[in-house]
Amino acid sequence: MELWMKIAAAIAIGMMLVFMFPRAKYWLEHGPKAEKGDWQAAILPILAVVGFVILLVMMVR
Amino acid sequence: MNRLDFSVARPAGSTLATNKLIKNTYMLLSATLVFSALMAAASVMIQTPPGTYLICVIGAMLLGMFVLPRTANSSAGIGVIFLITGLLGFGLGPLLTYYLALPKGPQIIATAFGGTGIIFLGLSGYALTTKRDFSFMGGFLFVGMMVVFIGMLANIFLELPALALAMSGGIILLMSGFILFDTSRMINGGETNYIFATYGLYLSIFNLFISLLHILGALSSDD
Repeated sequence: MELWMKIAAAIAIGMMLVFMFPRAKYWLEHGPKAEKGDWQAAILPILAVVGFVILLVMMVR
Repeated sequence: MNRLDFSVARPAGSTLATNKLIKNTYMLLSATLVFSALMAAASVMIQTPPGTYLICVIGAMLLGMFVLPRTANSSAGIGVIFLITGLLGFGLGPLLTYYLALPKGPQIIATAFGGTGIIFLGLSGYALTTKRDFSFMGGFLFVGMMVVFIGMLANIFLELPALALAMSGGIILLMSGFILFDTSRMINGGETNYIFATYGLYLSIFNLFISLLHILGALSSDD
C-alpha cells in the first residue's frame, strides 16, 4: 500500500473510532441486560457461522 | 380449579408498523444489494485502479456519518442510501479484480458470495423467528468493533498477514452479531426508520463478504 493510502486509511479508521466511541459508551451504560438463556441463544448461531465458514474454507482448498 | 391464562395483547397498530418496517427494510435492502452488485460489475469491467476502494469507502463513510442522519426521515434518504451502497459496490471492483486473478479466483468469489447470503438469511431467519431481544449485545458489539478498528489501525503499519486474518475472523463474528442485533431491534421497536435499518444490515453484509473473501483467499492455497 502506498504511503498516502496508509495515511488516508489511518485517518478514516481514526474517524470511525471517534464516531463509534459515544455509541459504544451509550450501549454499555443504557443497553438492556441479558436475561437467562439470552447469551446461549446468541452464541449458538454464531458458533454455527464459525462451523459454516470452516466448511467454506474446506470447499475452496 | 382456576387456570390463569396469561396473554399479552399487543396493539394491532404496533404489529402493523413493525411488519411494515420489516417489509420496507428488506425491499430496500434487496434493491441496494442489486444496485451495489451492478456497480461492482461495472467497476470490474472498467478496471478501476486499486486506490478506488479506499476513496469509495471513505466517501461512503462520510455520507453515512454526516448526510444520512439529516435525510433519513425524508425521501432524499433513499437517494443517499443508494449513493452510499453504489459507492461501496463500485469500490469493490479493484478487490474483485485482484481475487479474480488468483488461482481458483472465481470459485473464491462465488463461495464468499453464496456464503454471505446463507449466513445473512440464516441469522435473519433465526432472529425473526426466535423473538428474543438481542439488544443486550449492543455494548459488546460496539466495543468489539472498536477493538477491531484499533487492530486494523495498527496493522496498516505493522503489515502482519496473521493479524489481518484474525481481524477478518473477528469481523465475521461481529457482523453475525450485528445482524442478530439489528434484526432484533427492528422487531422490538428499537429501530423505527427503515432507511437506517437498511444501512445497518447492508454494512453487516458488505463487511461479512469482504472478510469472507479475505479468509477464503488466504486459506484457499495448500501452501
